[in-house]
Amino acid sequence: MIACGALARETLAVIRANGIADRVAVTCLPAILHNRPERIADRLRQRIRTARAMGWSRIRIAYADCGSGGAIDRVLAEEGAERIGGPHCYAFFAGTADFDRLMEEEPGSFFLTDYLVRHFQALIVEGMGLDRHPELLPMIFGNYRRLVYLAQTEDPALQTQAEAAAERLGLAYEYRLTGYGEFAQFVAMS
Amino acid sequence: MADDDIDLNALNDEELVEQMWDDLYDGLADEIVEGVNILLARKWTPYDVLTKALVEGMRIVGIDFRDGILFVPEVLLAANAMKRGMAVLRPLLAETGAPKVGKMVIGTVKGDIHDIGKNLVSMMMEGAGFEVIDLGINNPVENYLKAIEEHQPDIVGMSALLTTTMPYMKVVIDTLKEQGIRDDYVVLVGGAPLNEEFAREIGADAYCRDAAVAVETAKDFMRRKHNQAKSASA
Repeated sequence: MIACGALARETLAVIRANGIADRVAVTCLPAILHNRPERIADRLRQRIRTARAMGWSRIRIAYADCGSGGAIDRVLAEEGAERIGGPHCYAFFAGTADFDRLMEEEPGSFFLTDYLVRHFQALIVEGMGLDRHPELLPMIFGNYRRLVYLAQTEDPALQTQAEAAAERLGLAYEYRLTGYGEFAQFVAMS
Repeated sequence: MADDDIDLNALNDEELVEQMWDDLYDGLADEIVEGVNILLARKWTPYDVLTKALVEGMRIVGIDFRDGILFVPEVLLAANAMKRGMAVLRPLLAETGAPKVGKMVIGTVKGDIHDIGKNLVSMMMEGAGFEVIDLGINNPVENYLKAIEEHQPDIVGMSALLTTTMPYMKVVIDTLKEQGIRDDYVVLVGGAPLNEEFAREIGADAYCRDAAVAVETAKDFMRRKHNQAKSASA
């Protein structure tokens, strides 16, 4: 299983819960690629080839399209690997139908998962330069209306952090406990 | 002025323009406004200030973003600095009758509120001499049709950041086809998840991977249109 670093904890949790830890090896790409999706496909290709060279025959990819515009799918077709469906991790955690509904209801929805709440400061605040240049806030988040925290686990501390993140960005806050959603089935099938 | 600051007034024109490229690169908006005003005071035309100092500076920023040297925050700061310079130049450009290359209607498609790229394209197109009608975000096909009818543009530009919203571009193009007006306009599309193949599949004229490419592509189409008009009248 080659996973986005933002899914490492969730991948291991589902593997443990399904008792398949002896049959699946997990390797991750850096989660910061979230901010440069055009670079994911090539990195995946390299990692898949490394895994093949190590003798792994069945390789599954814990990435959605992730804004790569189909580039990930093209690489996976060439390299013979399969990924979980959906445009983003938000979609497979929330469930594709529910995610579509959320987007239709409010196109200005900004999503956080457990991982993104934990690393909000590094990935969003520092990653988007808001710590150094707070004047960028309206340029980056001016069109968003709400922050939706799609929680994989029920954790009051993370909920507090997510609410603070919404306040930091000037957005309304919404909480949804999704669990691992469609991701659990994908990993369990490995 | 701090001791280590550069006195922009002390630089000759060439040095000043190069310094403005650096200042744009570093997102120094106040310095850009100062540089613009100095060049204007030296009797530069607003159009030359815009194209030689600001647009060229943003072109360099665009290249380094594409090559992974600059990241989104730096590009936004540069865009913000250019916007401040544009605010000084815009009324002067209108007064001096700077050459108009063409007219473009642009917006992000229905369901998509991400306008950073679209705003950059708008600004760069305006800088390159296009009249830009910016429809803003989250545009259903009706908004494009209304703007097309009202403004009769040469180019229709659509932008999308999401894999889930980019298919809506085809809805707009198919509607233009149904109404028999598709070939009256050049349709340019852009946005992070798009590529040339997608643009071809939905029937757009071109995919523009960044703002600088959008400007060059638009100019190229306008040249072709001009040449076709000339040969038709010959």
